[in-house]
Amino acid sequence: MDFNVDHFALFGLPKKFRTDPDLLDKRYREMQVLAHPDRYAGAGDAEKRVSMQWATRVNEAYQTLKNPLRRAAYLMLLAGKKLDVESNTAMPTEFLIEQMEWREAVAEARRACANTELEQFYHRVKQQMKCRYERLASLLDDKADTALAEDEVLRLMFLDKLVSEIDDALVALEA
Amino acid sequence: MALFQIAEPGESAAPHQHKLAVGIDLGTTNSLVATVKSGLASVIPDALGRPLLPSAVRYRDGEPPVVGYDALAGQSSDPANVVVSVKRFMGRSIDEVPYRESMPYRFEAGPGALSLKTVAGVKTPVEVSADILRELRMRAEAALGGELVGAVITAPAYFDDAQRQATKDAARFAGLSVLRLLNEPTAAALAYGLDNAAEGVYAVYDLGGGTFDISILRLSRGVFEVLSTGGDSFLGGDDFDQRIFCWVIEAAKLKPLSSVDARHLLTCAREAKEFLTNHGAAPIVARLGSGEVVDLELTTETFTEITRTLVEKTLRPVRRALRDAGLSVADVKGVVMVGGATRMPQIQRAVGEFFEKAPLNNLDPEKVVALGAAIQANLLAGNRASGDDWLLLDVIPLSLGLETMGGLVERIIPRNSTIPVARAQEFTTFRDGQTALALHVVQGERELVGDCRSLGRFELRNIPPMVAGAARIRVTFQVDADGLLSVSARETTSGVEASIAVKPSYGLSDDAIARMLKDSLDHAKDDTARRAVKEFQVEAQRLVEAIRSALVADGDLLSPDARERIESGIAHLQAAMLGEDRHAIARCIDELESETSAFAALRMDRTIRDAFSGKKIDAIERELVSSEKGGET
Repeated sequence: MDFNVDHFALFGLPKKFRTDPDLLDKRYREMQVLAHPDRYAGAGDAEKRVSMQWATRVNEAYQTLKNPLRRAAYLMLLAGKKLDVESNTAMPTEFLIEQMEWREAVAEARRACANTELEQFYHRVKQQMKCRYERLASLLDDKADTALAEDEVLRLMFLDKLVSEIDDALVALEA
Repeated sequence: MALFQIAEPGESAAPHQHKLAVGIDLGTTNSLVATVKSGLASVIPDALGRPLLPSAVRYRDGEPPVVGYDALAGQSSDPANVVVSVKRFMGRSIDEVPYRESMPYRFEAGPGALSLKTVAGVKTPVEVSADILRELRMRAEAALGGELVGAVITAPAYFDDAQRQATKDAARFAGLSVLRLLNEPTAAALAYGLDNAAEGVYAVYDLGGGTFDISILRLSRGVFEVLSTGGDSFLGGDDFDQRIFCWVIEAAKLKPLSSVDARHLLTCAREAKEFLTNHGAAPIVARLGSGEVVDLELTTETFTEITRTLVEKTLRPVRRALRDAGLSVADVKGVVMVGGATRMPQIQRAVGEFFEKAPLNNLDPEKVVALGAAIQANLLAGNRASGDDWLLLDVIPLSLGLETMGGLVERIIPRNSTIPVARAQEFTTFRDGQTALALHVVQGERELVGDCRSLGRFELRNIPPMVAGAARIRVTFQVDADGLLSVSARETTSGVEASIAVKPSYGLSDDAIARMLKDSLDHAKDDTARRAVKEFQVEAQRLVEAIRSALVADGDLLSPDARERIESGIAHLQAAMLGEDRHAIARCIDELESETSAFAALRMDRTIRDAFSGKKIDAIERELVSSEKGGET
C-alpha cells in the first residue's frame, strides 16, 4: 500500500460522492486496527513514528470522506478544482444577501441570548443542507456536471460556515 | 469483572512472559492503582487492605513526605504543608485557581505554572503529583513482586495540553514509564463495555472530585470510538463541599476563619455531603479555634437547592457533546456513571431526567477508571491474549489554534478530531530579509486569543533572507495518541529546517526541572540512577527482540547491505547493554532506531497491503449492492 495514494484508493472505495458509510467505517476500523499507535506501544521509536504517521493519515482520509462537504470538495480537488469559500465572490446576489440576513439573525439571537431560537435555526439549516447534498450527489455521480456541482458545493460551504457560527454562538452563550 | 481468559493451546502466556503493567487513576480526591492478573482486573490495595490512596501529600522539614491517609491525618494541625486536590493546580497559573483565598497554602506565582511554598521547600503541582504516583508505583511493585514495565495514567478527557503534559511529567518524575495517557471516561467505557459486551452509543458522565467530563462513545465490535467529549476542568465534588461550606458560614453567621478552622469546616462539609447520599438530613457540628461551636442541620432539600446551579452547569457540556456528535438523547443507549460525586442523589436524578433513562451504576464509580486503565495497560504492555483485539479511538477535547492579526484565533485542529491528527499550515514573511517568525499557539473554543488558553510561543529562526512574501514556511501541528501537541516547521522553497524554540506558557521552567531532578536524586528512597540504567537496559532488550522478530517476518524486504547494517547495530547495542553506562546504551539505541526507520515504514506498507489485498472483490460486490440501493449522501 502506497502511503501517498488518494483517500478513496486508501480505503479501496470507488471515486464517487455516494459512498457506503458502513463500508467506509469498516475499512477505517480495519486499517486503524493495523496502524494505531496502541498496537506499537512496546515497539521501538522508528515503528512508533511510522505507526503515528499512518494512523494520522488514515484519520485524515476517513474524516475527509465521512464528511459530505469535505468529500465533495476533495472530489473537486482530485478533478483539478480547488474550491475556496473565502475568495469566491461569483455567487448570485440574492444568495449572498440571504446569507447576510441569516448571519445577522444569528448575531441578533446571540445578543438576545435566544438559545432555543438558535437551536431551531441550527436544525433548519441542517435540513436545507441535507436537500442540497442530495442534489449534489446527483450532479456529481449521475450527471457529471462539475460546473453546477461546484456552485452547489460553494453554497453548501456558506451554509456549513453558518452552522459553525450558530455553534459558536451557542458555545458563547453557554460559557 | 468477566475478564477470565483461557489461552489457546500453544499460545499460553507463560508466567515468565507476563509483563507487569498497571493502570493509575490519578484523582483529585483519591488515587488508585490497578492491574490485570490471570485475565482479571483488580485494584491493588495498600498493606492495610485499603483500595484508595487519598491524593494528599504532607511535606515535613528534613524528612521524606508522607502520602495518603497519613498525610490527611496532619491536615487539621498543619494545613499549609498538607497538599490536597493538587490536580486542580496541574498546568495552571496562579490566577486560574478559584477560591485560592480560602486555601491554606502559600502560593508562589511562577513565570507560568504556580508552585507552593512548604516546609520542605518550593513544590510544583507536578512534584506533588509525582509523590502520589511514586507511592502507587511502590505499592504495585511490592504487591506484584517486580519492577513495572509501564503504566497507563488517566487524565480527564477535558484536560488541555498543558494539563496533560504536566500529568505525563509527573509520571516520569515518579519513575514510571508511561505507556499511554488515557482519558478517564474512555477508560471507564472500556471497563464497562468489555464487562457487559455493550454495543451502541453510550454516554459516560464522569463527575470526579475536581473535574467533570462527558464523553459520547460508539461501541461496535471491539472498537471504542469516542464521538465527542466535553466538560469542565474546574467543576467537581469539591465545589459541592464548597457550597456547603459557604452555607455554613452564612447560616452560623461566622466571622472570617483561620486556615485551620476553614480546613476543619471543609472536612465537615464533605462528610455532610457523603452522609446525605443515604440520609434525608446531615448534622454539621464543629468547634472552632475561638471556642465557638457550630451546630447545624443540612437537609437534602437545602443541599439540592444550594447546588442546583452546579448540577445545571454539568448539563451544558452534555448538550454540546451530543450536538458535536450529531446525536440526540434518543440515540444514547445507556449512561455510565463514573466518579464518587455521581453518588449524590440530585446528580442521579438530573442525569436520569436529561437522558430519559435510568443511569447505569453497576460498576463501582470510584474504581472503574483505574480498572479500565489496567486493562489497557495490560494490552499495551504486550500481554495480549486471544480475543483481546479491542481498539480505542479517542479525540482531542479542545480546538487548537494560532493567534492571527488583531488577537483573533485561527483554528488549526478542531475539537473532537480523532487522534493522532496532524495539520500543516503555510506562513510567509511580511518584511524583506526577515529571518524569524513568532507563532502563538492557543487552545479553546473562543474567538479571541485572550479568552483561550495560551499553550506556547514558538519562534522560527534561521529562515533564509528573502523578499517579503517569498518564503514558504510550512508549520506542522501533530497531536499524538496521548493527546499531546508537537510543532515542527520547514521553509519549503529552500528546504531549510527552521529551528523552533518552544516556550510553554504553563510548562516547567528549565530551573524547575533541574531542581526537581536534583531533589528526586537527593531524596529518592530507591536508587534513581541505578533504576535509570536498568530502564535503558530493559528498553534495549525490548528493541532487540522487536527487531529480531521483524527480521524473521519481513527480512526479505531488506537489501543485504541494509540488513548487514541493522545486524551490526544490534551487535553494538548488545555489547553496550552489558555495561552500566546509560549514555552509551542510549546512543546505541538511537543509532539502531535510525538504522531501522526505513525498514519500519516498509513493514507497515506490507502489513496494510497484505490485509487489504484479499478484499478488492468484496469491495466491488458491496459497492454494487450499495449503488443499487441509491447509496448515501
